[in-house]
Amino acid sequence: MKKILHGLAVLGFGLAMAISAQAAEEGETPHYPLKKPAQENWSFAGPFGTYDKGQLQRGFKVYREVCAACHGLSLVSFRTLEDLGYSEAQIQTIASEYEVEDGPDEAGEMFTRPGKPSDHFPSPYANPEQAAASNNGAAPPDLSLIAKARAVERGFPTFVFDIFTQYAEAGPDYIHALLTGYEDPPEGTEVPDGAYYNPYFLNASALAMPPPLADGQVTYDDGAPETLDQYSRDVSAFLMWAAEPHLEERKATGFTVMVFLVLFGGLVYLTKRKIWAEVPH
Amino acid sequence: MSAGHSTYSPKTGIGRWFDARLPLPRLVYDSFVAYPVPRNLNYAYTFGGILTLMLAAQILTGVVLAMHYSVSTELAFNSVEKIMRDVNSGWLLRYLHANGASFFFVAVYVHIFRGLYYGSYKAPRELLWILGCIIYLLMMATAFMGYVLPWGQMSFWGATVITGFFTAIPLVGDWIQQLLLGGFAVDNPTLNRFFSLHYLLPFMIAGVVVLHVWALHVTGQTNPTGIEVKSKTDTVPFTPYATVKDGFAMVVFLLVFAYFVFYIPNYLGHPDNYVEANPLKTPAHIVPEWYFLPFYAILRAITFNIGPIDSKLGGVIAMFGAIAVLFVVPWLDTSKVRSAVYRPWYKLFFWLFVLDSIFLGWLGSRPAEGAYVAMAQIATLYYFAFFLILMPLLGLIETPRRTPNSITEAVLAKKKGADATPAGAAAAPETNG
Repeated sequence: MKKILHGLAVLGFGLAMAISAQAAEEGETPHYPLKKPAQENWSFAGPFGTYDKGQLQRGFKVYREVCAACHGLSLVSFRTLEDLGYSEAQIQTIASEYEVEDGPDEAGEMFTRPGKPSDHFPSPYANPEQAAASNNGAAPPDLSLIAKARAVERGFPTFVFDIFTQYAEAGPDYIHALLTGYEDPPEGTEVPDGAYYNPYFLNASALAMPPPLADGQVTYDDGAPETLDQYSRDVSAFLMWAAEPHLEERKATGFTVMVFLVLFGGLVYLTKRKIWAEVPH
Repeated sequence: MSAGHSTYSPKTGIGRWFDARLPLPRLVYDSFVAYPVPRNLNYAYTFGGILTLMLAAQILTGVVLAMHYSVSTELAFNSVEKIMRDVNSGWLLRYLHANGASFFFVAVYVHIFRGLYYGSYKAPRELLWILGCIIYLLMMATAFMGYVLPWGQMSFWGATVITGFFTAIPLVGDWIQQLLLGGFAVDNPTLNRFFSLHYLLPFMIAGVVVLHVWALHVTGQTNPTGIEVKSKTDTVPFTPYATVKDGFAMVVFLLVFAYFVFYIPNYLGHPDNYVEANPLKTPAHIVPEWYFLPFYAILRAITFNIGPIDSKLGGVIAMFGAIAVLFVVPWLDTSKVRSAVYRPWYKLFFWLFVLDSIFLGWLGSRPAEGAYVAMAQIATLYYFAFFLILMPLLGLIETPRRTPNSITEAVLAKKKGADATPAGAAAAPETNG
């Protein structure tokens, strides 16, 4: 038996060597993204995380003044902006600044009217085909879920640690890294026409979106720095809220549930010990 | 066990009236109160109860989710988002249901590995084991179809890839695939039939669970020693002993489950499934849910033709074979000793098999290229060798350790050992150095 085992071990070792040699030969095909996003600090991270309303309002401003030109937010309704700290009257004003298609009216015609709080954000393009046609064939994605729909793979063993650190901010980390990550391509890198080099981009070395933000582009009225980094941070937080509006409620409920389960589990355990005390098992 | 004499005696008039007409309370009493269980069951034996809880939870959350879900390729994705955003506690229901599927599989894998470790499949429990395998198969079908319903990118492409397996079957393959899809590609008819079946199969699972529990109650539970129950001192009544132990295990399991649901609800999901299905855009890597990854790795490990069988059919055969082999485990194991506790070699190879399965799972998440393919081939080889070579062979050549005469003897010996350990340990020569 031991001999068989020894033989198996030798065989396994030999194969492992062969594989690592093979693995070393490869490695020339580039793996995207070229750079992994840095892990940022977010107010909504961790078991007691909450959104920073001021930050969400700033991020919303960046979205409205910059991103909204090309990107929709079609799953988000105006009334939910209450979460950002806006009053009902403010929301009504914000909604009414948008033109929303409605109808048909009695004459059977579609018409546009100012938005109402119950409306969703209207998309900048009539349909995906128009969006693609206006952007060199690459339709800008809707941003409603983008903070949950993009994540750079964490790799082993980090993905195991992520369970214990409750890392769930891969989306905003990625958006922040992408928005701040545009740079000149290194020597010898071919960037296709109409594409912009960005080593943080998930699928290639360059993407069709030009660098959308620059220092001083959006005016903040709360004294926050008007820098590319701050804009990116704020809009990432805003998009996380857009993708996961019930995050605060979820974490708060979670705490109650965990406390209950720990206490209840403790009582059940004591009961179990009492019941089994007289029975060796 | 339950075939023995019923000790139920109703104390109230209503109880006696009922018992004479429909002895349902008697059945419940005999099955879940007086039913004798071995006194030495450890926490590995609590997962059957946990699985029942998870099945009930999945059906409950699923039924409510179905009230808000729209079965149409045009509406499905947005209706799920409506659940997440606008339905009262909809986010909670959906995260419970999505993570619940994963934890259902966590529990079933522990349950299956426990069965393999303690030899729970051996005579006279072959049917019990096979019924369990059928439940597992139904669970996989249910989970796969459920994953298609949100109509995200992984839903769509996962369905495309998995239904594509069937085209590898000679002669009838294309016909089977078209029957599954309701057309030539994954589309609205596919979504509709998957929803219908996703709603039906859990109730079929519940039906097979009844048979599984029935078969269990006929033969009685195994236990860590693998020795059959011989006398009354070997057992304790199900209630309160097993009920409270199962109850505690359930709370601990729910604690881990709640941690995922409330703090990292998307950890086990794939980001691409938050992108609506697009038949014109293939994701860079199509990966199934984590609980299918070992089988996915086995499927892709077959990269070579074997005679008339091309690599595609070979992969499909290997993948289905990896599940089919479970059904014949009771006849592959030739050992006379049931539990791995007394089988030193089997114990070693069992744990290697557990590691191998986890390794296969990781490989399933990697792209099928370069060194990963070779590693998957070795891991697949061990997977099958464990069942087809080691199981029959070990029973013949292994010298098992001496087994106790009865459960009671084993329990009392262990207790004596535990009492004596503090004093004896220091004097034991092997612990001195």
